[in-house]
Formats: sequence, structure tokens, C-alpha cells
Amino acid sequence: MEFALSEEQVMLQDSVSGYLKGNCSLDVVRQGVAGGITKQADVWQGICDLGILGIIIPGELGGVELGFLDAALIAEALGRAIAPVPFIGSCIMAPVALLNGGSEQQKETWLPKIASGEVVFGVGVTEQIARRETDGIQCSGGKLSGKAMFVVDGVDADMLIIADDSGAMHIVDANASGVTRRALQTIDKTRAVAEVVFDSVEADLLPGSQNDKEPLLKTIDAGRIMIAADSLGAAQVMIEQAVAYAQERKQFDRVIGSFQAVKHMCAEMASDLEPCRSLVWYTAHTVNDMPEETRMLACHAKAHLSEVGRSIAKIATEVHGGMGFTDLLGLHYWFKRVGLNRQLLGSPELVREEAALAQGW
Amino acid sequence: MDLAYSERHQVFRSELQQFLKEHKDSAPKGRASIGKASDEAKQWQQLLIKHGYAARNIPKKYGGYGAEFDILESHIIAEEFSKSNVRPGHSGDERVVPVLLELGTEKQREELIAPTISGEMIWCQGYSEPGSGSDLASLSTKAVLDGDEWVINGQKIWTSGAQHADMCFCLVRTEPDAPKHQGISYLIFTMDRPGIEVRPLVTMTGEAIFNETFFTDTRVPKDGIVGKRGEGWFVANATLKHERGSLGDPNQTESRFRSLVELMKNETIDGTPLIKIPAYRDRLMRLQARMLTMKYNGMRILTAYLKKEEPGLPRWIVKLQGCELNHQIAALAIDAMGELGVLYEDSPYIRDAGMWQKSYMLDLGLIIGGGTAQIQKNMIGERALGLPKEPKYKQGA
Ligand SMILES: Cc1cc2nc3c(=O)[nH]c(=O)nc-3n(C[C@H](O)[C@H](O)[C@H](O)COP(=O)(O)OP(=O)(O)OC[C@H]3O[C@@H](n4cnc5c(N)ncnc54)[C@H](O)[C@@H]3O)c2cc1C
Ligand SMILES: Cc1cc2nc3c(=O)[nH]c(=O)nc-3n(C[C@H](O)[C@H](O)[C@H](O)COP(=O)(O)OP(=O)(O)OC[C@H]3O[C@@H](n4cnc5c(N)ncnc54)[C@H](O)[C@@H]3O)c2cc1C
Repeated sequence: MEFALSEEQVMLQDSVSGYLKGNCSLDVVRQGVAGGITKQADVWQGICDLGILGIIIPGELGGVELGFLDAALIAEALGRAIAPVPFIGSCIMAPVALLNGGSEQQKETWLPKIASGEVVFGVGVTEQIARRETDGIQCSGGKLSGKAMFVVDGVDADMLIIADDSGAMHIVDANASGVTRRALQTIDKTRAVAEVVFDSVEADLLPGSQNDKEPLLKTIDAGRIMIAADSLGAAQVMIEQAVAYAQERKQFDRVIGSFQAVKHMCAEMASDLEPCRSLVWYTAHTVNDMPEETRMLACHAKAHLSEVGRSIAKIATEVHGGMGFTDLLGLHYWFKRVGLNRQLLGSPELVREEAALAQGW
Repeated sequence: MDLAYSERHQVFRSELQQFLKEHKDSAPKGRASIGKASDEAKQWQQLLIKHGYAARNIPKKYGGYGAEFDILESHIIAEEFSKSNVRPGHSGDERVVPVLLELGTEKQREELIAPTISGEMIWCQGYSEPGSGSDLASLSTKAVLDGDEWVINGQKIWTSGAQHADMCFCLVRTEPDAPKHQGISYLIFTMDRPGIEVRPLVTMTGEAIFNETFFTDTRVPKDGIVGKRGEGWFVANATLKHERGSLGDPNQTESRFRSLVELMKNETIDGTPLIKIPAYRDRLMRLQARMLTMKYNGMRILTAYLKKEEPGLPRWIVKLQGCELNHQIAALAIDAMGELGVLYEDSPYIRDAGMWQKSYMLDLGLIIGGGTAQIQKNMIGERALGLPKEPKYKQGA
């Protein structure tokens, strides 16, 4: 019995965090997003050089073939750094879709390219969770028509994986004729979600997803776990910043951290978030080791981190007083990262309902 | 991450499961009552000790089972009793026995531990005073040495179970001139002495759980001290550590959550089970997420202990989070029952013998007792996060 990270996992996370600390500071993020960039070339190249894009891709297909817990540690580090990179869609959800629904040929074609960073995938599954502002995606005669909303990493994608109304998934060239893409401006400038309209576009069906929803559901589970991990990292930073500020800022001749009102805000944030770490670890671990538990836990991790993340984003901002409200400090980048995470792939109420259904309740 | 147990621990678990299957009918039902153990409870405890499922690590010569301490075995025992909803045994009084083992004299251990773990000897904790609750170290009940005896004068309060207790472990001021934490001694004595008066205090549940305990020239033997004179604060902290461990135990929370799910499947409005009604269902799911975080947090703490590391923050938050979560589980159970949820005592239609209302009140007592939620937050803020202490309040400032 050992509920802890291995030495290798600690090293993995340290190396990703270390790289991001040096190369993906708030200033770097700011400069990039000011130009509307959500895939910062240098940072993307940097994490590509760390060899982690193929974290869950099998070794013979160019990946490193580690587990979901390892992937979650990377997602957490990226959330800490509010890194503008298309990791969750391209490196996690797309490979999960391919590995569970793809033909051998599809896997051999695309997985090595994902692992090397040569190709970026966007993933559109929103319509299978909560359809809004669209009539969905129809597939007929191998061609897709309709509109996919909030496609994860869709703006920077070369290729797309899109779920149609039946839940079957397809590979589509993001630049094919008949595809119209538009970035949807959100509060979070560090990542991009796209609206993608298809007008009778040639699509390559993932055959395993045709009569079986499991590949789609696994793709969604994987995305949710990574989003939870991303929020974990982002919320952790907000606590650290609040605590540091509370130790430094003086009012009434005292550092504000010595006021109980402020101290208790910090203690509440820490005591709400710390157990979330265990939930994320455990949930990610089940994907490889106890898959029968994953669905319910992925829902809980996603929903619970959304709740705790929102509360921490608010309280940490308050600890900073007026400063928390400014662009100058930049705390709002984390606030917004957590804000986008909360709604993506199902808001907490929807996802909790799924967690109940997954238990037969 | 490796959640599998060793072969040896798996065998240990399946033997325990077998034991529980065979013997669960001889276990007393419901929660342990406060005060004297029933004969049934004592027999159950004896059976558990004999098989090594209670007092497992207490040496044989003191009446225990005498196994080497193994934290995973303790964990498996707690888990399996909780899962099967069978009343667990105990290691005597979780607050005092560990202190006697760690710091008591050989004579104290020989005389006191065996009857305590068998359930013959009941203890009460004489710490809090009317003027000293959260600020326990300011306590003023004093003891003066007179020949071979301590002479105690003062008052304790909130002394749970004092009306049934045979023994008291008590903090008293013996060194009035020393700084406040260094002037306290830890005394143990029998409760049947002249000069001890116990007046029951009825709690909000309607039962007299705790008491006021008055000492007037109460004489207790000199050798009833644990540790040295003036070291009582440190001796007591050894026990508080054990107490904080059990308040907020995730196994209890999980078993309580399971009961809530059962209740929400069984209770209906117009024939629809509460678990199917969206607003209640969503609250249930929120609580499940929190229950799970605390369960895995517990596994993380356990792993730290296994590696002989200090668990740090995950440990600091257990009492605060766990007690609050238990309270909210009880709150949802009551809400799910609606008007039926406020039935009490001997009312017809009452569910689970009124257990949920009682829990809802008792849990609030546990949010307060053993270090209030606010004191927990101070400790988390100061010790775990490194925030500065509050400046001392200056007289006249
Ligand atoms: C949207 C907005 C508009 C504003 N407009 C104006 C304006 O037009 N003109 C103007 O002059 N000002 C303006 N302000 C400033 C505003 O009045 C201050 O932000 C506010 O008084 C708090 O001061 P602070 O930002 O320095 O925070 P701080 O005082 O540094 O507070 C930081 C944190 O410490 C806590 N804290 C501080 N002291 C104590 C204490 N004694 N006990 C417990 N907790 C404590 C605070 O509650 C807060 O959580 C504006 C602020 C905002 C956010
Ligand atoms: C069910 C139950 C059983 C108990 N059993 C026993 C027993 O067997 N033996 C025994 O000795 N004691 C027992 N106690 C007493 C218990 O330990 C005390 O109630 C507890 O330590 C709080 O002390 P108090 O009641 O004096 O509250 P106070 O210390 O007066 O606190 C009142 C309020 O002020 C707040 N407060 C106090 N100091 C601070 C601070 N520094 N910062 C912020 N807030 C503060 C508290 O959080 C609380 O909200 C029991 C209590 C309960 C409820």
C-alpha cells in the first residue's frame, strides 16, 4: 500500500514545473495572449523537447507510455503556469479517442505525429454533453455537416476529432474545404476554444466508436480528469500568492496575515484544496489500474475541483484587496483559467448528475 | 502509487472478514453508550481482544493482544468494521491509555491498563474549566503537595462521562510561579474521593453527557502523577494528538454517507425516492465528492506514517474538514426526511431511532470540542501555512 507519487513522478513534475518557471512566466503569457496566441510556440517547443507530448501514447508509436497519473501531474504543472498550450485536447483526449476507437492504421498514422508535436489535434465532444446554440453534427455517407461548439484546442489544431450525434467520432482535417473555424473569445486568454462549422466534409470514422459509446465516454473522462488537475495547479498558485501577500502587506501597522479574518480565509482555502489533490491522484490512477471506478470519479474530480477552484479564486482575490482586482498583479489569469475549466466538458451540476447515474442512482 | 496490500495484509483482511461474518450477531447494536459498558459490550470486547481485533498492540501483560504495531493492520481493522457496520472494539480509553503506555510508570500501567481495555474502568478527562476552554493552558484548578498527597481545589467543566467514571485524568496547576505552560501537572486518581462533586449538565440533545466537576480539598496520592511536576502540558498534548486523530476519521464519514444513501433510497415523496429528486440528489453528490477527498486524503496520511514521514497539511485539516462534513451529512439526512426529520425521542414514525437529529447535534459538539473549528484554522494558518501569530493583547492598550 503506497498512496504517494513515485520518485520518477516527482522528478517528472519538477522538470515540467522547472521548465515552465523559467520559460513560461506571467510576462511571457501576457505578451503572447496580447497577440491572441493560445499556442505559444516557444513553450510548446519546450515541452515538446521535454518529450512529454506522448505521455500516454504507447512506446512503439513514438510515445513515452506512462500512466494517467503522470499525465495529470503535467496538467497540474501547466495549470500552475497558466501555460498557453494545447495539451489536454491534443495530447490526452485525442490519443484516448484514437487508442480506444481508432483502427490500427489510424493509430499508426496519427499517434506518432501527436507525440512528436508535428500535428495538433482539437477535440469536439461538447454536443454529446450539453448541446447549445447548435443542432449538432450529422454524418451521412462519410461526410459531416453541422456545427461543433467549444472544440477543445480547436483553434490551433491541424486535425480534429469530432463526435457526431450518434456519439461516433471522426477524424477531420481542420483545414479541409467545407470547414469554417472561428475562435470563441472567452474570459481565459490562455487557451482557445473554437466553433467549427462543417459543410459536407470528408471524415474518417474511428470504427471502434461507431456502435459503442465507450471510446467517446473515455475521451470525455480523460479530458475531465486533466481539467481537474489543471484547476488543482491553478488554485494552488492562487493560495500561495495569497499567503505570500498576507505575509507582506501591512495595514494598521500589522501584516494582514496576522488578522484572523485573513488567516482563516487562507486556512479555509488550504484545507479545501489539499484533499482535492488526493482525489485527483486517485482518480487518475484508476484509469490504468481500476478502470471500473473511473467514470464516477472523473465526474467527481471535475465537479469538485470546479467548486473548490471557484471558491479559492474568489477568496484569494479578496485577500489581495484592490490589488487582486487589477490587471497589474495578473491574478485574474488564474481566476479565469479556473473559470473556463469549470464550464468545459460539463459544468458541475451536469457532471454530478452523471456521477450519480454512473453508480446506478 | 500502489494500492494493493501485501499478501500478509490480504490474509489478515480476509480472516477479519471471516471473523465478522461469523460473529457479527454477538456484537452490540448501535453506538457505544456513554458510561459503564454493558455486559454484552464487555464480552464483545473480550472476544475482539482474544482475536486481536481490539487492543491489538497493547502488551499481553497489560491485558492486550500484544501484537507488534502495524499501521496497515489498524487501518484494515477500522475499515472492515466500518464497512460491515459492526461495532468496533477499543483500546481502552484512546485518550489515556496511549499516555500511560508512553509516559506512565510500570506500576500505573500494571494497575490501570488491563481494567481500562476490558471496559471495567471508565475514565473522564478533567481539562476544561469555566475560564479555560480554547486557552486551556490558562487553567487555574490547583494542586498543592501535602506530605504524600496532592490537595486539589478548583472546578472543571464539560467533563464528559464524569458521572459514570471510576477514574479521572486531570490537568492541575502545581507550579503557580512558573510560566503558564510550565506550571501544569497531569494527575490521575479515582473519582470516589471525598471532596469531588459531579453535577451533570444536560446538553442540547436532552441527555446529560457532560458535567461540572468540583474539587474541594480533594486528596489524591502523590504517585498519581504522570510525567514530572510541571510537565503536564506536554503529557496532555501527547493525548490531544490521539484525540485529534479520531475526530474526523474518514471511515466513520464513509459509513455515515452509506447510511444517508440508504435513507434517500428508502424515503419517498409521493412515491419518488429522495435520491431521484434533483435538488436533494445534487446535494448528495456534492457530499460524496467531499467524502471521497477525505478518504483518499486519509490514504495519503497513512502512507506518510508508513514511511515515517510527517504528513503535514493533509493531517492538519482532518478535524476541521471531517467534523464539518459529518455535520452536513446529518443535515442532508434530516432535510431529506422533511417533517419526519424533526421527530424526536419516542415519536411514532421516527426513523433510525432519531439517530440523525442526535448526530446533527452531537456533531456540532465535536466541531467545538477537542479544539474548535476556529482554533483549527489558527493552527492551519500559523503552523502549516506559516502566517504570523496574532500580536499579544496588551493590558490597557
Ligand atoms: C473596483 C474598485 C474601485 C475603487 N475605487 C476607488 C476610488 O475611486 N477611490 C479610492 O480612493 N479608492 C478606490 N478603491 C480602493 C478601495 O477602497 C480599497 O481597495 C479598499 O479600501 C481596500 O484597500 P486595499 O485594496 O489596500 O486592501 P487592503 O486594505 O490591503 O486589504 C487586503 C486584505 O486584508 C484585509 N484586511 C485589511 N485590514 C484588515 C483588518 N483590520 N481586519 C481584517 N482584515 C483586514 C482586507 O479585507 C483584504 O482582504 C477601489 C477599489 C476597487 C476594488
Ligand atoms: C461535546 C463536548 C464534550 C466535551 N468533553 C470534554 C471533556 O470530556 N473534558 C474536557 O476537559 N473538556 C471537554 N469539552 C470541552 C472542549 O474541549 C471545549 O468546549 C473547547 O476546548 C472549547 O472551549 P470553550 O467551550 O470554553 O469555548 P471558548 O474557548 O470560550 O470559545 C468560544 C468561541 O470563541 C472562539 N475562540 C476562542 N479562542 C479563540 C481564538 N484564539 N481565536 C479565534 N476564536 C477563538 C471559539 O472558537 C468559540 O467559537 C467538551 C466539549 C464538548 C462540546
